[in-house]
Amino acid sequence: MADLLKIEGLCSGYGQARVLDNISFSMRAGESLALLGRNGVGKSTLMRTLMGLTVRHSGSVRFAGIDLSNAPPHRRARAGLGWVPQERAMFPSLTVEEHLTTVARDGPWNLAAIYDVFPRLRERRSNLGNQLSGGEQQMVAIARALVTNPRLLLLDEPMEGLAPIIVQELAAVVGRLIREAGLSVIVVEQHARLALSMTARAIVLNRGQIVHESSSQELLDDGAKLGRLVAVA
Amino acid sequence: MSPRSSAIERLASPRPRPVEVLAWLLPALAFFLVPDNLALGVSIMTYAVAVLALDLVLGYAGIVSLGHAAFFGVGAYTAGLLAVQGWKEPLTGMLLAGAVSLALGFLASFLVVRGKDLTRLMVTLGIGLVVYELANRLSSVTGGMDGLSGFEIGPIFGVFSFDLYGRTAWWYVYGVLILVFVLLRLVVSSPFGLSLRAIREGVSRMPALGASVDHRLRTAFTLSAGVTGIAGGLLAQTTQFVGIDSLSVGRSADFLVMLVLGGTGRLYGALIGTTVFMIAHDYLADMNPVYWEFWMGLLLMAVVLFARGGVVGAGRRLLQTVKTKFARAAP
Repeated sequence: MADLLKIEGLCSGYGQARVLDNISFSMRAGESLALLGRNGVGKSTLMRTLMGLTVRHSGSVRFAGIDLSNAPPHRRARAGLGWVPQERAMFPSLTVEEHLTTVARDGPWNLAAIYDVFPRLRERRSNLGNQLSGGEQQMVAIARALVTNPRLLLLDEPMEGLAPIIVQELAAVVGRLIREAGLSVIVVEQHARLALSMTARAIVLNRGQIVHESSSQELLDDGAKLGRLVAVA
Repeated sequence: MSPRSSAIERLASPRPRPVEVLAWLLPALAFFLVPDNLALGVSIMTYAVAVLALDLVLGYAGIVSLGHAAFFGVGAYTAGLLAVQGWKEPLTGMLLAGAVSLALGFLASFLVVRGKDLTRLMVTLGIGLVVYELANRLSSVTGGMDGLSGFEIGPIFGVFSFDLYGRTAWWYVYGVLILVFVLLRLVVSSPFGLSLRAIREGVSRMPALGASVDHRLRTAFTLSAGVTGIAGGLLAQTTQFVGIDSLSVGRSADFLVMLVLGGTGRLYGALIGTTVFMIAHDYLADMNPVYWEFWMGLLLMAVVLFARGGVVGAGRRLLQTVKTKFARAAP
């Protein structure tokens, strides 16, 4: 089966500063990937590079058979990349439902499907973006990416700053998206074990380079190695 | 504030509420109560069309334009010149006025969306100045400083002739205003309109969700220019005169002041601001024809400094306070 995402020799950063150094990996449709590493190793930069929000110095990004290396962000989103940014970034004057209808594109992820996965959002549908708790904002951020009906969902630290009970709830939802809906997902996460438990494959970054690649299970089983590669939370 | 009331404030739904329908009957009431000053009503409603269009650009898309008089004036000259050439049918004349301004707005939009706030302000100002001087230079066509006059407009639907008292003009402009309002209401409550808000509040976020920011801003600007041109066409047809000041930067500034007085991003602010401005203008100019802008300046500063959100914003807050007090007083 052809690769959904294929990254080759990717170097990128902000302005002249290089953050990512010669990154290459590929993903098939339906695969799930945990992107791990300590703070500041370039995980979020990799996500932003996939969305075209950094300066690409060299290398290529192919997605669903299209070369997106030079594509502007909105073309990448339309090609099927659904990005959930770390900072969530609600629109303060839009209601929850408007967040979802504004960017929606045709596909299985319509409002009904979203409310099915996130019943809480149905209750909060007419609340404004700045009237939501952190967990609800994260749900909206994920839902807002889902209604664009992406082929690959990019989750950047979805659990950051959330209460443990909310983390469990969200992790269950993300797990369902991967296992039942068959969505392709890349998860960046500080909670390494949580991310590994949700995904099939894992990549560990250090100083902008890939330093480890294996199945998620392998890293889960080898706690010592995991501890060496990432500061386990 | 309950989430529900705030959702209503933003005209989230295109469906009109009963109170709105009643509010829209007020102008009709004015027609019968103040029959000897219909001209003022006609000009209020004409400018309201232009200010509604400006609200789409400023209140929703977040682009400050100091050049909308260019589209207004081009619409006015289009309608006027058509009539001069013998095209006297008003509805098609008005639509053509809108179409020409729409085309100009489309071309201008490519320049406007480049750059950020100050750049945009200067680009729109530049467009206004360029169009003004072009009209001034082409005096053989536009009449230059003397303006365009001596043309007649045919009856509406071939039946209702424009009369000396402005009765036909009044109903004509009233009808167009309602149609424009409904159109813009549908636009701002559509996903497109919501995305304009979202762009204003998080420009960097929208492209990553698949929305081309430039494209949407250009669309909003183009549409706004077209509607502004319709307003200009109405002015030319109802006054049967086009002055070059309809293209002036001063006119653009008036539009901005009317919108800010009423409150941006609510559509109704445009209507109320235009009414307040025009009536104040009428009243102040009556008292002192030379220095009336002094008082307008004071009013403007008072509103932006002490009544955030313009007349509509301040009124809404007042209403909210009264309601809360009532709710507390009641057991």
